[in-house]
Amino acid sequence: MRIAFFLAIIVFAGTGGEMFVSRAMKRIGEVHDFSPRSLLRVMAGAFSCGTMWTGIGLMTLSFFALLALLSWRNVSFVVPATALNYALGALGGRYLLGERVSRMRWLGVALVCLGVVFVCIG
Amino acid sequence: MEIARRMHGKTLVFLVLMVTFGPLGDVLLSRGMKRIGAVSSFSPGPLFSTFSKVFSSPAIWLGIGSLFLFFISYLLVLSWADYSYIQPVSAIGYGVVALLGYFFLHDAVTVWRWAGVLTICVGVFLVGQTPHSTTTPV
Repeated sequence: MRIAFFLAIIVFAGTGGEMFVSRAMKRIGEVHDFSPRSLLRVMAGAFSCGTMWTGIGLMTLSFFALLALLSWRNVSFVVPATALNYALGALGGRYLLGERVSRMRWLGVALVCLGVVFVCIG
Repeated sequence: MEIARRMHGKTLVFLVLMVTFGPLGDVLLSRGMKRIGAVSSFSPGPLFSTFSKVFSSPAIWLGIGSLFLFFISYLLVLSWADYSYIQPVSAIGYGVVALLGYFFLHDAVTVWRWAGVLTICVGVFLVGQTPHSTTTPV
């Protein structure tokens, strides 16, 4: 029960946080220049946005739940089990971020999730 | 065509950085947390003691540094690529985690787990065949 609860925090807070972060970076626009000064400017722009901080807050929550779970189970169980994020991520990408998720992409995501089930059985 | 090719190359470089630093960070955190021991109580005293052990562990700091580099690469790639593309493609890192867990932490990795890692890799390959950007900047 404790494991399932922490796993749920990792999956929902982690995926939700990543979607907020993705939204913030799309607002910044594509990065073309990778010089240190330009990267600093991009990061300053990204971190002055409320959406980014909401995302980071949720990801931080997920991170501490991950640390706790890592103290109870092996990394080769914990990290693959958190791959349930991928099913939620594809749904979020499609319905919340407006991305076009083709059949091939859905199939790929389904295989990633199936792989996670195998890993958990193992 | 040239722009698409350049964008694809750029995406690939940042995915390699993510797949390197993400799993490395996870393994370092795992090693650090295993040394500290299981979190046995969530009351303020023991929790504070655990936190002070966590943040004085070199493995934890190296893990955090590695995950920071992963995060910067992740942010940059998300500025042009779909979240629903980058997220599953970065799952190739699970193979890296299984290998690192097996060789460095001596975790038991069963046939089912290896089969799972292989299935994940096939899924990643399929997602990798789709266009990496389907939206315009908001």
